[in-house]
Amino acid sequence: MALLEAERVTRTLPGGPTLVADVSLTFAPGEFVAITGPSGSGKSSLLYLLGLLDRPSSGRVLLDGEDTARLDPAALAALRLKRIGFVFQFHFLLPEFSAIDNVLIPIRRLGTLGARAQRARAMALLEALGLGPAAAKLPEQLSGGMRQRAAIARALANDPALLLADEPTGNLDTQNAAAVFDIFARLAREEQRTVVVVTHDAELAARATRRVHLVDGRIVSDQRRG
Amino acid sequence: MNLLFDLARGMLARRRRQTLVSVLGVALGVAFFIAIAALMRGFQTYFVNQIIDVAPHVVVKDETRRPPAQPAEIAHPDAAVLVQGVKPTDRVRGIRAAGDKIALLEAMPGVAAAPVLQGQALLRYGSRDVSATFTGIDPARHARVSNIEKDMIFGRLEDLRSTANGVVLGEGLAARLGVRAGDTLSAISPAGVLLSVKVVGLFRTGIQAADTTQGLILLKVQQVLQNRPNVVNQIQIRLADVTLAESMARQIEALFGERAESWEETSANVLTVFVIQNAIMYSVTGAILLVAAFGIYNIISTIVFEKVRDIAILKSLGFTERDIQLLFLMQGLAAGLMGALLGCLLGAVMIEGLAQVRFGTETPAGQDRFILDRDWRVYALASLFALISAGTASLIPARRAARLDPVQVVRGAA
Repeated sequence: MALLEAERVTRTLPGGPTLVADVSLTFAPGEFVAITGPSGSGKSSLLYLLGLLDRPSSGRVLLDGEDTARLDPAALAALRLKRIGFVFQFHFLLPEFSAIDNVLIPIRRLGTLGARAQRARAMALLEALGLGPAAAKLPEQLSGGMRQRAAIARALANDPALLLADEPTGNLDTQNAAAVFDIFARLAREEQRTVVVVTHDAELAARATRRVHLVDGRIVSDQRRG
Repeated sequence: MNLLFDLARGMLARRRRQTLVSVLGVALGVAFFIAIAALMRGFQTYFVNQIIDVAPHVVVKDETRRPPAQPAEIAHPDAAVLVQGVKPTDRVRGIRAAGDKIALLEAMPGVAAAPVLQGQALLRYGSRDVSATFTGIDPARHARVSNIEKDMIFGRLEDLRSTANGVVLGEGLAARLGVRAGDTLSAISPAGVLLSVKVVGLFRTGIQAADTTQGLILLKVQQVLQNRPNVVNQIQIRLADVTLAESMARQIEALFGERAESWEETSANVLTVFVIQNAIMYSVTGAILLVAAFGIYNIISTIVFEKVRDIAILKSLGFTERDIQLLFLMQGLAAGLMGALLGCLLGAVMIEGLAQVRFGTETPAGQDRFILDRDWRVYALASLFALISAGTASLIPARRAARLDPVQVVRGAA
């Protein structure tokens, strides 16, 4: 069964331009999808719709086969907490909290684990991304690449089936950008998560198993590799 | 909840100085409220206690409140009858069958009653003439309805009985006449009776009106002086529970027909002043807390404005609008709570500071320092005010934060 489905999704701003026009997509577990397109092509807008941060003007988004249009904001928030992880261009780590405390925020908000298990999980996530020694450091003490990896660890905090990233390498150098893409590829391949990445970097997009190209909010190509 | 608390603490800690300023604002409001309330309430409680202490709780007078119903009114109860020029009945001055009425009152639980004849007398000592109000009392019974014995600075009430024509004068009255204890002076009543009286005692109640015009004399002597043998014109009543005075007065008036005045009615002018005083106190401290609330509004607004990205990320992580609103409400309440605690401490220090003040001169109340009321309920009330104003002030920015659209924030940042 598909994890996430977009059915004829359109998003227009009130009295303004159409951001996303009539997009239908289906995402399966383990897929690593790159959404590409020129700036202003609606890549990010589509990602926010898929991530339930925004609601479509028409059409519907189904997560685990459930129509999300019927859910109230609190239910959508609960879905984001459990099923979806976000990574943005900026790391958006809370500056007052150490790397591990940032990872702990969604874990504690969900609150299904005991305090000790919560910490162990956060630590395991950081270690898997090579941040074990930096766990107690504040974001300002970390390098750009480390911050973005800490943000990925936070996105994975509650073991989401869907990981969404909006230009996650936009602020990174080539080496760090490649490392982040390697992480995404591994998360999809080894942990069977659906990873959807918005990027304008064609070279990095080539590493994904599927590539969706948008122009003016419409899909112009949808290619699977291998 | 714990998580939100940690987040709130982290955000507030980043703006240490601004937080301190708004906390200090609240603290000053709370402290002033506490200190001013201690002053006002201390004075008012002292004053009311003085009144309750000295004056009888209920006085039954030989007057009626309303003229008696006229035959025309009785005959046509529902008709529009107007009889003009009717005066209150005044045929026989004095309370009729006072002894029976006192016996009736004394039979009620928690009631002590004593007969009194009050009347004017002109006191003459050397070349000085001072008019005074003499209260004719039965010392043994009067001690049960008044605490005047406690305010005696010389002699005792019982001395009235042991000395022929003895009087007890207010301290101020004695000073105006220039008499001292043991001196003999002349008393002339409106009835024209002249008596030679001897000062056997002095009292100081702290209420100037009483101390400079009042004197006590044996009931029998007063009846001779006023030429009204066997007449009593007041029954003074003291209650075990002073709060019942007003209802008891109404009950007695309904029973006897004579005017019964509670101490609240007698001192209505003073009590009204207290109401106005309190209104001023509450508005002044309310204004201070209002300013403090603006301080809190300001800091929470600033934090919300600065933290739009954090709010957006928290929402994308799955925090609900309620979580976000609570997060900022908690910060405002935390500032309010810190302010309240600091204010309570500061207020207590201010009260102790005021307690050290000495005026050097005697005030009319017979004190040379502030009378302060240290009531924990004032602290609780001030803290509650502070928390309510802090909560209200942070609610507006908290709601704005809750409604923030994360997509717009992320889009703007990208």
